[in-house]
Amino acid sequence: MPRPRPEPVQVVKQRRDAALHALAGGVPYIQFLNIRFDRRGDELTALLPFDEMLIGNPMLPAIHGGVTAAFLEVTALISLSWAWLWEDIESGALSPDALEAGDLPRLPKTIDFTVDYLRSGLPRDAYARAKVTRSGRRYASVHAEAWQDNRSRPFAQGTAHFLMPAPEA
Amino acid sequence: MTADKARIARQFIETIPHARALSMQITDIADGAATITMPYDARLVGDPKTGVIHGGAVSALMDTCSGAAVMSHPSAPAGTATIDLRIDYMRAATPGQPITARAECYHITRSVAFVRASAWDDDADRPVAAATGAFTVEGG
Repeated sequence: MPRPRPEPVQVVKQRRDAALHALAGGVPYIQFLNIRFDRRGDELTALLPFDEMLIGNPMLPAIHGGVTAAFLEVTALISLSWAWLWEDIESGALSPDALEAGDLPRLPKTIDFTVDYLRSGLPRDAYARAKVTRSGRRYASVHAEAWQDNRSRPFAQGTAHFLMPAPEA
Repeated sequence: MTADKARIARQFIETIPHARALSMQITDIADGAATITMPYDARLVGDPKTGVIHGGAVSALMDTCSGAAVMSHPSAPAGTATIDLRIDYMRAATPGQPITARAECYHITRSVAFVRASAWDDDADRPVAAATGAFTVEGG
C-alpha cells in the first residue's frame, strides 16, 4: 500500500500563510510598528522596515531602545505561539478560516523580558529571529536576536519568559 | 544649573520622534528622577479581544523614562544609551486608562548609570510593570 499522496504545495502554503497572518496581522501594535513576518517552512524572520517615527536619538540618529525591545518581544511571542500552534495548524485542528475570523486560541503571556543593547540601531531595516530554548507545560523561555546589515553582528538580543495558557477544558 | 539641565532633558525627550509617536508627556523631571505619562491609544493594543496595550509599548515608555531620569541626574551626563533593560510584567494594564512610568537613577559612576522604574494605570497601588536597567554615561 503506497503512502498517501502529499498535499498540493499551494494548499500547504495557503494554510500556513493564513495561520501566520491571523496570528500577527490582527494585532494593532504589530501593525503600528509595521512588523512583518517572512516564513520559510516553519522558520520565521521578523522584519521591521525603517521609519522616521522609530527614531529615539535624533542626534545620531538611532532607533529607539523601546522600539528595539518591542521588536524583539513581538518576534519572541509570535515565534513561540507559532511553534506552539504548529501541530494544530498542520493537522487541521485549527482551521485557517476560524483563525482568519479572529477566533484565536489564547496566547502565551510575557512574564519578563531582558534586552541587551549591543550597538546602536541604525536608521535602516532590521530583522529578528527567535529560538524557543525551552517550552514547558506552564513556562517557556525564548531567546531573540535582531540584526541589520550583518546577521553575525546583532545590534540587540533578548530573553523572554512566558506563561503558557492553561489547557482549554 | 540643575533646573537648566532638566529643561534641556525635557526638550530632548520631546524631540524624540518615537516618544512623540506615542504621545508621551513628561510630568516631572529633576535630580535623577522622571515621570512620563502615555495616553491610551487603540493603535498600541496587543490583544484585540481585550483591548490591553502591548507590552512593547510599555517597554518603550519605561526605556524613555529611564533615559530621561539619567539625563536629569545632577552629575549632568551629556548623553545616555541603554546597555540593558529588564522588564517584569506584573499585570495587564486596564484598557482605556493612561500608563504612567516613574524612573529613578539610584546610582551613577563616570561610565554607568543604574536605574529602576515602575509603571501603573489609574490604580497606582498595583503596578503594571517594573524595570531595572543600566545606561551609558556620555562625557559632558
